[in-house]
Amino acid sequence: MQRTISFTLNGKPARVTVDDQRTLLWVLRGDFGLTSVKFGCGAALCGACTVIVEKAAVRSCATPIKDVAGKRVLTIEGLSQDRELHPIQDAFLKRHAFQCGFCTPGMILSAYALLLKTPRPARAEIIRHMDDNLCRCGSHVRIVEAIQEAAGSMKGGAR
Amino acid sequence: MSPENPTRREVLGLAGSGLFVIFPAQTPRPGYPADFNAYLRIDADGRVTCLVGKVELGQGSKTALAQLLAEELDVALESVDMVMGDTDVCPWDGGTHGSLSIRQFGPVLRGAAAEARAVLLELAAERLGAPVGRLQVKAGVVTDSQAAGQRVTYAQLVQGKRIERHLEKTPLKAVAGYTVVGQSPRRKDALDKVTGRAKYAGDMAVPGTLHARILRPPAHGATLKDADTTAAEKVAGVRVVKDGDMVAVLHERRDVADQVLDLIKARFDRPRPGQDDKTIFDHLLKAAPEGRVVDQSGDIVQGAQASENLVEKTYLNSYVAHAAMETHSATAMIEGGKVTVWVGTQSPFGVQQQVAQALGFTPQNVRVVTPYVGGGFGGKSAARQAIEAARLAKLTGKPVQVVWDRAEEFFYDTFRPAAVVTIVSGLTRAGKISVWDYKVYCAGDRECKQFYDIPHQRTVSAGGWSGASTPGLHPFGIGPWRAPSVNTNTFARESHIDILANKAGVDPVEFRLGHLSDKRVRRVLEAAAKQFDWKPAPTPSRRGVGVACAIYLGTYVATMAEVTVDKSTGRVEVKRVVCAQDQDVTVSPDGSRQQMESSITMGLGYALTEEVRFKDGEVLERNFDTYRIPRFSWLPKIETVLIENPETPASGCGEPPIVTMGAVVANAIFDAVGARMFQLPMTPARILEALKRG
Repeated sequence: MQRTISFTLNGKPARVTVDDQRTLLWVLRGDFGLTSVKFGCGAALCGACTVIVEKAAVRSCATPIKDVAGKRVLTIEGLSQDRELHPIQDAFLKRHAFQCGFCTPGMILSAYALLLKTPRPARAEIIRHMDDNLCRCGSHVRIVEAIQEAAGSMKGGAR
Repeated sequence: MSPENPTRREVLGLAGSGLFVIFPAQTPRPGYPADFNAYLRIDADGRVTCLVGKVELGQGSKTALAQLLAEELDVALESVDMVMGDTDVCPWDGGTHGSLSIRQFGPVLRGAAAEARAVLLELAAERLGAPVGRLQVKAGVVTDSQAAGQRVTYAQLVQGKRIERHLEKTPLKAVAGYTVVGQSPRRKDALDKVTGRAKYAGDMAVPGTLHARILRPPAHGATLKDADTTAAEKVAGVRVVKDGDMVAVLHERRDVADQVLDLIKARFDRPRPGQDDKTIFDHLLKAAPEGRVVDQSGDIVQGAQASENLVEKTYLNSYVAHAAMETHSATAMIEGGKVTVWVGTQSPFGVQQQVAQALGFTPQNVRVVTPYVGGGFGGKSAARQAIEAARLAKLTGKPVQVVWDRAEEFFYDTFRPAAVVTIVSGLTRAGKISVWDYKVYCAGDRECKQFYDIPHQRTVSAGGWSGASTPGLHPFGIGPWRAPSVNTNTFARESHIDILANKAGVDPVEFRLGHLSDKRVRRVLEAAAKQFDWKPAPTPSRRGVGVACAIYLGTYVATMAEVTVDKSTGRVEVKRVVCAQDQDVTVSPDGSRQQMESSITMGLGYALTEEVRFKDGEVLERNFDTYRIPRFSWLPKIETVLIENPETPASGCGEPPIVTMGAVVANAIFDAVGARMFQLPMTPARILEALKRG
């Protein structure tokens, strides 16, 4: 059904009039030009399309746009405040916790959701939380280390 | 915030590798240009642009190649901007694969930079009125060592112009003088990638773009009988294109195109029943092309006679997918008789030729721009999607984007070929290997030659991974997959060596050292054993430890692993991996370690789960639910040891450790439970079967 959906996107009010069954992924990429939200599998199996809705990491490829009406949506474009990198981004940068970079926005946002909920996660918790985010380049070791480092530098004060 | 409508100018500015015109387009030719101006430009503001036909797939070439240039030219690494894989402005290149960017292209780039530096010093000598021998250069500033205050910058000397002077044979800098190479700088792609600003081929939002979905056959070999597109054509804003064998729907929204594709009612003629993932190995043995002797010494018959008993084994590995996170993507735009295609490819100059041929354009009228590539591993050498996008752009007169979905990605992937290796070998009474008769079918001959001291040996290779293999041999496309041939050859060789060590009743490390006069293999093996704290014992020691060695195109690796095997489920957990690598001069130690970690992690997939199942031309893998790639929960503790070898030029490091992963895990499984694995991947079902076999 064609409908106008209003929501908050990266801290600013957003409106779009679309078929309300369209997925958040393609609305963000196609209608809002937010190309950091990646298409990897289209079936919530890889995590490349991960965005934050309210405080949770969701797979935008499996989320109809109607589900975010009235909610706050965050993509990585909205993560760095005042152009300063978020501590998670900073840790990924310093530790080179990426290679091809295609899964990276989804990885960082999944980690962001984890640290909101669990500011000082144990290694096992990080691994459990991140397990459905796939990385083909094999950057896993560094991603885990980067999340640990970010948790440390945020001193439990997740934002 | 409102939906964006970027202007064309903005969009073109987004291109990851830059779209500014530097010099008139060069005619691509199969060879590296001799003129150093093809590789570098010094701007009036002191920034240095480095132009290369290589691409950044994630492996870190953008940074490592900038390091090589900065080193030889004596400029600050921070002042170097990389332009990669743009056929209009970059010098020709044969493709980014085979761990060749540093090993093969590195010397070319260094030579260009060294010559440019020498010319700049001559120009500076003339400007400063001092002999070249008195000049020093640091970060692009030339000073006279005997006249304080006498200085001139590269930027002042060149003033943004092309350098017309050339020199014969300029020596390269000695390793001892390196200040940039050997450091681990921040990667040049880091900021783009952690902010989501990195653009890939499917992110090129050219205004007016139509997103295309193409009707695909259900199986390889199936042919389209008819396609009813009536319902699709009724959807507002949809264009339906039928051109020869291609039926496509296009819409300005990708997800609408997805839905419209489902409205097409198509009928296909299925191919005759053919192979499946179980029958394929017998088929390959029968249908493989004739073998070729790759290496031979001594006399096989005499070697067999000297053996106490012969050990004859067959090793199998399945088809494996590349499964990069970015699916094959391309965006094509035709303007003024010239097509520009943004493509996620490992071979921009190859794609340029293919697109030119498909459109009937001259190569000069095809510009391939390679933004960041979301993983390649050999799978993005083929670029069918670029041809599809270009054809559709020509047919519709609009910019067209083709981004494959995951099922298309599995269907059209050029898999690592399924392969068979047979080895006949034997031990003397003294426990020395007397004979080695090795035949590899369909994997290829790279590094199939064994490097142990064996008096009588022969290595034969029949068929390879090149896509141009015998027609009908494989039911779908095959091609290079990270370290082509060598995963197969190393799994077979190192498993078999372990079997012989077991027969000899000797610790597998000691057994290997007893057959190794190659000093560099010995050195990595000893280094790995030291880091691992390897305690010698004959197998199976029930500790679950294993070893494997390899030489990969001049790089030496030894890997050790510790595993646990659940005998009731057959599930393997790899707890720890130690890898020692000797790769000559190291451009970036952190970059090398990253590639080693990457190879080890990725290698767990083909060792344990990755296998393309298929039947009668139909690829049964369609997404990551059935095709399982390594995940966080699989992570072993990874320890890497880098061995410096400064007397030899830098070689590649993107692939070597991955080749040992099948054998090291197989050998550790045997050590844990006494079950020998002869087929990759070593799934729980196969492990249970091997345990039952005893």
